[in-house]
Amino acid sequence: MSDLLKLSGVHTHIGRYHILQGIDLAVAEGQVTMLLGRNGAGKTTTLRTIMGLWQASKGEITLAGQRIESLATPDIARIGVGYVPESMAVFSDLTVKENLVLAARDAPLDDKQLDWIFGFFPALRRFWLSRAGSLSGGQKQMLSIARAIVEPRKLLLIDEPTKGLAPAIVMALIECLKEIKRKGATILMVEQNFFAARELGDNVLVMDNGTIVHRGEMAALAADVPLQERLLGLSLEAHQ
Amino acid sequence: MTDLAATDPLPKPKRDLAPILLPVALALLMIPLIGSTSSWLTLTVASLAMGMMIFIMASGLTLVFGLMDVLNFGHGAFIAVGAYVATLVLAPFAASIQADSLLTNLAVLAPAALLSMAVSGALGLVVERVLILPVYGQHLKQILMTTGGLIVAEQTLYALWGPQIIPMPLPASLRGSFIIGDVAIAKYRVLAMLIGLGVFIAIQLVLNRTKLGLLIRAGVENREMVEALGYRIRRLFLGVFMTGSALAGLGGVMWALYREQVHASMSDDLTVLIFIVVIIGGLGSIGGCFIGAILVAMVANYGGFLVPKLALVSNILLMVAILMWRPRGLYAVTSR
Repeated sequence: MSDLLKLSGVHTHIGRYHILQGIDLAVAEGQVTMLLGRNGAGKTTTLRTIMGLWQASKGEITLAGQRIESLATPDIARIGVGYVPESMAVFSDLTVKENLVLAARDAPLDDKQLDWIFGFFPALRRFWLSRAGSLSGGQKQMLSIARAIVEPRKLLLIDEPTKGLAPAIVMALIECLKEIKRKGATILMVEQNFFAARELGDNVLVMDNGTIVHRGEMAALAADVPLQERLLGLSLEAHQ
Repeated sequence: MTDLAATDPLPKPKRDLAPILLPVALALLMIPLIGSTSSWLTLTVASLAMGMMIFIMASGLTLVFGLMDVLNFGHGAFIAVGAYVATLVLAPFAASIQADSLLTNLAVLAPAALLSMAVSGALGLVVERVLILPVYGQHLKQILMTTGGLIVAEQTLYALWGPQIIPMPLPASLRGSFIIGDVAIAKYRVLAMLIGLGVFIAIQLVLNRTKLGLLIRAGVENREMVEALGYRIRRLFLGVFMTGSALAGLGGVMWALYREQVHASMSDDLTVLIFIVVIIGGLGSIGGCFIGAILVAMVANYGGFLVPKLALVSNILLMVAILMWRPRGLYAVTSR
């Protein structure tokens, strides 16, 4: 499996704070790579730096062999990176349909793709003409993810999709993400819910203080309780 | 999966009618206070006409504020430039303007307004590239740059046209009033209302019926996410800025005809009103801007009639009252 995304020695400064301190990571094509770590470790900053929302101050970021660290965010999106932010960031004044029309940037909405999305996000069909601001938290998350997959993307960056959702909704969301994974999507996902991480992840990266402190297979980390405690300060079992 | 299917119907979004009812309530409240129905009607029509002109001038500014968080204190320059450019067309064709034929009048007035919009829009392009582009995200510098730009624009107008006030008489066919019973409604005010309403409807159609409009609405709410979807919002902003400048130019022509005069600092008082409108309407909200403009004009007209001594502060009091009721304006679009 070749690497679709590579970060080499990436540093990011936000104001006078040195957040990413030399990140090296690779995301394999067609796999789900989980990015774990304590609060403040730099996970969201990593996604935002890849997306160009914060500029890397040093280092290289390549997507399918193309350097992207100096590209503007719209250009990074146009070469096939979809982004689902932690805040979901649905356009609440727009309807569900209008949110997806905007996400399908260069072409009209594709009916087949929509049917596929509605297959696991039926609420979006039901509330097609409702304002996104009136959706529940889980439905907004559905819309945010649907927006990222309404057109084919090379890479999906998903930031804590289960954050703040009720357990039943989290389970349903995991099933949806599994379906997206089965379709061959390449995903780099930040997640604090270890159960979700274990269910979805092929590979795992653990961050601490702006650096990658562990990389390996998700199954191996899930099976190694002492390693979980050392890296994350908690065991996965405690979070199920 | 059923949890996400959400079989419960969504709560219907509440239609927020309170801001729309506000000017209606204010107008009705004034009937007993003013006493005379004809005076009330005259003041109300004057308010609506003035409100429409202020709306035309403020609409671009509210989108600029909402979309890019840019504080453009130089917006008044586009108003004055628009008015001065109109004199370039109207002065040589003074005879056509004074002809007693609506068609002849409009044949001169329309090109004058279009030229004003084109020049103000082009000036907007220059201002955005030269003054605003280097100071995105830096409010203090934006205030300094755009205020400096306004001073330069005013002084340039003085240098080119001289310090004197230039008369801009109303076209002959737009003078006078429609008399209905004992009520006189100025013809030009009716035209101003129609143009303002037309601009409002056109903006609403673009915002609600086109992909460009969707992008503007989405950008006002979360420009970072619009960029993450692959849209170059700076280009969109430039387009909005130029359109806003062009509309300010149109508003300048209309205001100059309303006052029948042009001078370089004509926008100074208007700028204060425009900022009040943008703030009380809610940054980035065209609907809020429309209602805010009518409210400001009503308070200025009714207040000037009932309590002339309070005329200067009446709109500040209006802003304070509205922000105490709704701290982010009548229709909050952005989180600012």
